[in-house]
Amino acid sequence: MNPKTWRLPRDPKWWQAKILSVVILVALLGGWQYATSRPAFDPTGKTEDELMLLEFNGDIVMNDAGDYVFNEEKTSGVPGPLLVGKKIVEELSHPFHKNGTNDHGIGHLIFYTVSRFSVGFVLASVVAILVGVVVGLNPVIFHAVNPFLQVLKPISPLAWMPLLLYTVQKPTITAILVVFMASLWPTIANTAFGLSSIDKDYLRVSRMLEFGWFRRLFTVILPAAAPAIVAGLRISFGSALVAVVPAEMLLGELGVGYLTWIEWNNLDIAGVLFAILVVGFVGFLMDALFSKLSKAASYAT
Amino acid sequence: MSVFRRDPFDPDQSLEHQHHAGCGHGHSHREPASPSQCHRERCHQERCHEQECHEQDEQRNTDHDVTQATLSSEDAMSRAVETAVVKAIFGQSDVSRRKVLAAAGAGVVAEIVRGMFPLDTAKAMAMEIGKIEKPDLSIGFIPITCATPIIMAEPMGFYEKHGLNAKVRRASGWAMVRDWAITKEVDAAHMLSPMPLSITLGAGSPKVPFYMPAVENINGQAITLANKHKGVRTAQDMKGFRFCVPFEYSMHNYLLRYYLAEGGLHPDKDVQIRVVPPPEMVANLKAGNVDGYLAPDPFNQRAVYENAGFIFKLSKEIWEGHPCCAFAISQEFAHTHPNTFLALFRSIVDATAYASDKSNRKEIAKAIAPRNYLNQPVTVLEQVLTGRYATGLGGIGNVPDRIDFDPMPWHSMAVWILTQMKRWKHVDTDFDYKTVAEEVYMATKCNELASEMGYEDRTKTYTKHVIMGKEFDPAKPDEYLASFPINNL
Repeated sequence: MNPKTWRLPRDPKWWQAKILSVVILVALLGGWQYATSRPAFDPTGKTEDELMLLEFNGDIVMNDAGDYVFNEEKTSGVPGPLLVGKKIVEELSHPFHKNGTNDHGIGHLIFYTVSRFSVGFVLASVVAILVGVVVGLNPVIFHAVNPFLQVLKPISPLAWMPLLLYTVQKPTITAILVVFMASLWPTIANTAFGLSSIDKDYLRVSRMLEFGWFRRLFTVILPAAAPAIVAGLRISFGSALVAVVPAEMLLGELGVGYLTWIEWNNLDIAGVLFAILVVGFVGFLMDALFSKLSKAASYAT
Repeated sequence: MSVFRRDPFDPDQSLEHQHHAGCGHGHSHREPASPSQCHRERCHQERCHEQECHEQDEQRNTDHDVTQATLSSEDAMSRAVETAVVKAIFGQSDVSRRKVLAAAGAGVVAEIVRGMFPLDTAKAMAMEIGKIEKPDLSIGFIPITCATPIIMAEPMGFYEKHGLNAKVRRASGWAMVRDWAITKEVDAAHMLSPMPLSITLGAGSPKVPFYMPAVENINGQAITLANKHKGVRTAQDMKGFRFCVPFEYSMHNYLLRYYLAEGGLHPDKDVQIRVVPPPEMVANLKAGNVDGYLAPDPFNQRAVYENAGFIFKLSKEIWEGHPCCAFAISQEFAHTHPNTFLALFRSIVDATAYASDKSNRKEIAKAIAPRNYLNQPVTVLEQVLTGRYATGLGGIGNVPDRIDFDPMPWHSMAVWILTQMKRWKHVDTDFDYKTVAEEVYMATKCNELASEMGYEDRTKTYTKHVIMGKEFDPAKPDEYLASFPINNL
C-alpha cells in the first residue's frame, strides 16, 4: 500500500466522527453480545438427577410452559449487553421505591450520595477558604503552617475513616467527614498560595484608599485570589467525588457506592456494571454543574 | 404458656414443662401440615398457639379442671408472678413443692408466701412494667443464612407480634456490625457467637459488656475447596493451603483451626488463614487466589452455584449442633429497656423455633431472598435451608439438618469458645471461664422464656459436647486445653 494514502482528511465533516462513534459502539456491543450468547438448552439425553443438578446450580430454569431453558440471569463471565440493558431498564423503571431499610430505589440512592457529598464539600470549602485566608495573609503563619499542610495533604481521606468512626461514632456523620477531609487540603493550600501571591500593588492601593479590613478582603483580596481558590475547589471536588463512593461501601451507608457493594455481594455483575455506570454518570453531571459554577465565579472577578 | 395456667399452690399440679410431641425440642406447637396458614394465625392472633396447648393441657389434666377457664391477661400475669415466686422458693424441685403443699395445705402455704414476699406488690409491678419502652428498633445483620431468624422476623411479623417495630439493617462485614453495636448505631445485632465474649473481654475491640440472649443457628457452615482440589481427602492434603474465614473471633475460625489441628496441621504455621468478607470469598476462590474457606452459607452453596468449588465438609461433621451466629445486645440496652429487651428476646426465640421447623424452610427461603435482606437467588437459599443440595462433586446431598435453628446459648458452648480463644492466643487477659460464660450467655433466661412460651426448657445450662469424636467437659476447661498437642499456648 502506498504510504502516501495514509493522510488525515483535510476537512472532516462534523458528522463523520459521530457516525464512526456510533459504528464503534454498535460493533462493541454486538461483539460483546455475540461472545456471551448461548444456544438454546437441549434436555435430551440428560437424567433427572442431572437436570436437577443443573437447576440447583441455576444453569437452567423452568419456564412457564414447563420446559427447561438456560437461566439468562446466570452468566459464567461478564454478562452480555442485553442483560445489562435489562437490568438498567428494571432499575430505572422504579427509581423511588422503598422496600424496607436496605432496598431503596436508585433515585433515593443518588439523592443520598449527592446530599452527603454536598454537605461535606460545602462545609470543607467554607472552612478551607477561611483557614486559607488567615494562613495566606500572614507570611509568618503561612511558613509556620505550611509543613503541616504538606504532610496532611497527601493522606488518603479514607485513611481518616477508622479514626473518625471511632471518635464521632456515627457512620452517617463519618461519611460526610470523609468527604470533608477529602476536600479540605487542596482548597486550603491553593487559597493560601493564591492570597500570598497577590500583586502587592493591589494591597497598597486599597490601603491608600483607606479600605476597611472587610472591604479590602471582599473587594480586593478574594477577587484577586479567586482563580487560585477556584482551582483548589476543583481539585477538592475531584478528590471528594473519588472518596464518597468507597466511604459508602465501607460504612454501609445507602448511596451509589453502597449499590455497587451490594450488587457485588450478590455477585450480580450486571448490577455492578449498572452501579458503575450510575457512579460515572452522577460524577459527570456534578462535575459539569461545578464547571458552570466555577466559570461564573471566575468571570465575576 | 401452659405452665401459667396451673395454680402453683395446687399440690396436684405439676409446674414442670410437659414434653410432648408438639412442644418438644424447640419446635412449635403447630401441625407441620399447614405452615403458612398457621403462621398467619400465629402472627395475627396468638390464640392458635395458646389454644392448642390449652387443649393438650386439658387432655393431660382431665381430673383437675383448673385450666379450662380462659384466664384474662391480668389473671394470667398474676398467675405468672405467683408461679415465678413459688418456683423461686422451691427451686427446681417440683416434688418438694408438692409435698409441702400436700402436707400443709395450699391456703396455709399461700399465706406464708404472702407473708414472706409482697406478692401483690410484685404483681402490680409486673403489670406496671409490661410497657415497651422503645418500640422502634434497629437491628444490624450480615446477609447470610445464619441470620435467618433475625431477618425473617421482620417480613414474617415476629417482631410485630411481640409489640415491636423493628427494622433490620444490613452491614457488609463483621467489624461493621460490631462497631454499629458498640456505638449504638443499632439497638441489637446479629453477631458470631464468639463476638459477645470477645467484645466483653475487650479482645480486638473496645471493652463493652454484651449479652448473648440467644444462639441463632446451629450447624450451617462448611469447608468449601476450589474445584482443582477435588482430590483432597484429609487435613494433611491441605498443607500449604490458603484459607479464608469471615472474622477472627468466629466459630468458622475456631472450627477450621480445630479441624486442621486434629489432622496434624498447625493453623498458623502449615497453612494461611485470612479474614475475608464472605461475598469476596467466592470470587477469590474462582480466581484461584485462595484454596478454600470455612464460611457461612449461602457462600458455600454459592461457590457450587458459580462452579467455583465443592463442599468438602459440612461443619456439622466437625461438631454436630455447634453454635454459629447469635443475637447480641449491649448489657446497657438490656438494663435500660428491660421490657423492650424481653419482647425482642421473645421474638427471637419465637422466630428461631419457627425456623427450626423444617416444613417452614421453603417459605423462609422466599421471605429472606429479596434485596432488602440476603439478595441471593432463591434456589441457593432453598438448598441451604432444606439440606437437599448440589455438592459440587456431581452429586446431590441430602442432609436435612445441614443448618438448624436452636436459641439455647449453652454456657458450655461459651466455655468451649473461650478455651479456643486461649488455645490460639486470641485473648491475652486472664479470665475465669465460668464467670465470663455466665455473664454473657443468657442460658438461664433463655430456658425460662422458652418454657414460658411453650418451647422446651433444657433446665440446665451446661452440657458435654463431642467435637470430632473428642468429648469436651465444661467442668474441666484447663485439662481440655492442655490435651491439645497443637496450640499457641
